Amino acid sequence: MSAPTRPTPPDVRLGRAVRVVRSRGGTLSGRIDLRTVVVCLALLVVALGVTVVALTTGDYPLSVGQVLGALTGVEDGPVRTIVVEWRLPRALLALVVGVALGASGAIFQSITRNPLGSPDIIGFNTGAYTGALVVLMVIGGGYGGVTAGALVGGIGSAVLVYFLAYRRGVQGFRFVVVGIAISAMLAAVNAWLIVTADLESAMAATLWGAGSLNGTSWAQAGPATVLVVVLLVPMAALAPRMHLLELGDDAATALGLHAERTRLALVVVGVALVAVATAVAGPISFVALAAPQLARRLTRGAGVQVLPAAAMGAVLLAASDLVAQRLFAPTQLPVGVVTVVVGGAYLIWLLVREARR
Amino acid sequence: MTRLPRLPASPPSRSPDPHPRRTPVTPTDRTGTTDAPARTASSGAAPSRTTDDVHLGGDRLYTEAITIGYDDRVISADLDVSIPDGSFTVIVGPNACGKSTLLRALSRLLKPSQGQVVLDGRAITSIPAKEVARRLGLLPQSSIAPEGISVVDLVARGRYPHQSLLRQWSADDEAAVVEAMAATGVTDLSDRLVDELSGGQRQRVWVAMVLAQETPILLLDEPTTFLDIAHQVELLDLCSDLHHERGHTLVAVLHDLNHACRYATHLIAMKDGAIVAEGAPSDIVTAQLVEDVFGLPCRIIDDPVTGTPLVVPESRRRRTYSLTDYPDPNPAK
Repeated sequence: MSAPTRPTPPDVRLGRAVRVVRSRGGTLSGRIDLRTVVVCLALLVVALGVTVVALTTGDYPLSVGQVLGALTGVEDGPVRTIVVEWRLPRALLALVVGVALGASGAIFQSITRNPLGSPDIIGFNTGAYTGALVVLMVIGGGYGGVTAGALVGGIGSAVLVYFLAYRRGVQGFRFVVVGIAISAMLAAVNAWLIVTADLESAMAATLWGAGSLNGTSWAQAGPATVLVVVLLVPMAALAPRMHLLELGDDAATALGLHAERTRLALVVVGVALVAVATAVAGPISFVALAAPQLARRLTRGAGVQVLPAAAMGAVLLAASDLVAQRLFAPTQLPVGVVTVVVGGAYLIWLLVREARR
Repeated sequence: MTRLPRLPASPPSRSPDPHPRRTPVTPTDRTGTTDAPARTASSGAAPSRTTDDVHLGGDRLYTEAITIGYDDRVISADLDVSIPDGSFTVIVGPNACGKSTLLRALSRLLKPSQGQVVLDGRAITSIPAKEVARRLGLLPQSSIAPEGISVVDLVARGRYPHQSLLRQWSADDEAAVVEAMAATGVTDLSDRLVDELSGGQRQRVWVAMVLAQETPILLLDEPTTFLDIAHQVELLDLCSDLHHERGHTLVAVLHDLNHACRYATHLIAMKDGAIVAEGAPSDIVTAQLVEDVFGLPCRIIDDPVTGTPLVVPESRRRRTYSLTDYPDPNPAK
């Protein structure tokens, strides 16, 4: 710039507490938003607290010391079996499925620029239910078959929605509208399948359709944990692009982003996350819808963010599953029933809040 | 609230003027990015320029016989346009004449079905997207500010082409954002939410975001739409300053012919997807041209302020009948 007289630019008010981190050579640099960090840590603490309660309470109340002993291998016998084999996989799976649902909800709400955009809305869950029902009633199959059917149904409907909404790229609004249409049609198919089934199959199907963590073992918790952690890795690279895409395709492309490619990558990761959750727990509603928005109210950041949404999802699902296990003990509710109640309360709160504006 | 650390006292040394008062074009003058050598070296993305990278004697940005349109509908066929380096080029024409389509093609938002857009001697599609975004910025017609985003956050997103997975917020990023906000006069708004701003302020914030991109070439798609007359002039004055003081090459699509004549150094008049005339406004704007392009009978007078052509439409009455045919129904009271 030619003018040496240009005034020194003034300090900039950020309106938020931000810590700038830079390595000496400048190869590594970033901004850390302190409020977001505090919110994530607080949610983590709450999730751990809920997990401790889930591990210590139940038919056989245990002390925190006994649980820690069992985890570290000091305790043996029945205490160890209860904690490590029965309660821990379920508590861990609640956290992991919550993380997957929260993160995938953030992805879909960002892509559709809509607080109601979530895998529930765009047809994944209904499609997964259709797949599971077809296996249960038409083909006939065990646990593995139902899981496979649910994955085929869910991913199939997501692919269908993506391609039906595709016209020189996928726009958020069209995505939501096509998703609602496909969901409605699949819901009709589901209802028809249940009505025509015999009573026992219908009950099994309805139970699966509510989404439940009952009877979780390491066979589900182990692979699900690994898969969700693996899927969160590409999100580190995708998150900045996701936020750029929120500016609109034109602006994002002008800034050097392959808009359609990025969106497809986000859809793939989002569907994969919700697919893992559905495969191990069935379609659990509302967590993906509520977690990103609740987290956003806490972080007060721009748009939805993946990490706070994932942490909020873990808290929501862990707490919901605790309620599902203990509220009417010894009867165990499917966790999906609790999340629907929580989600309903959330929707009412959202509507009241919007109406008051 | 923390504040960004103060900048060194002499930020001007940071990013040298890419086009110091246009002198005859030399190959060294045309090296892609305007960034200081230190920065391109640290980003590791500076392309090694070969001889066929440099389009000798031509402009940095031009089209080669492009055919552009949507789906099967052709808007422009066989179009050759060159954007003079260091110019403030304004594209005018009636609605649906293809001026925004041309701008979309120039900014590679729209891929020509035939021909190609050339940037720095290479087909723009053959240059990596982020590399293009370091040379050529665009203010699109429709952009969306995410809910709850602050001004400084939005401006900072303009730094994406300079960032990588590990380098998310360098000292250069910070300085560019601070400078872009100062240049557009939005520094005082930095912590405000974009949703809360007026239309004029918001448009300035979007311009700041594009400026933070630090590209030598800037494309603006109808930047004054939705602004009142004062904010229109304010924004165009800002563009003019960017052009004059910083040597940006500017290309803007404008609706107002008088604004175009006043601010453009190079005017491109389009009709039905073809270029009807191009050149300095005072050389090409005549009553005949305006009639040909817009179908509007008019007179051209000198703008009393700038001396540039001023288009004064003929009265509708004068076109069809003389005033004396119809006596004034409301004679002076």
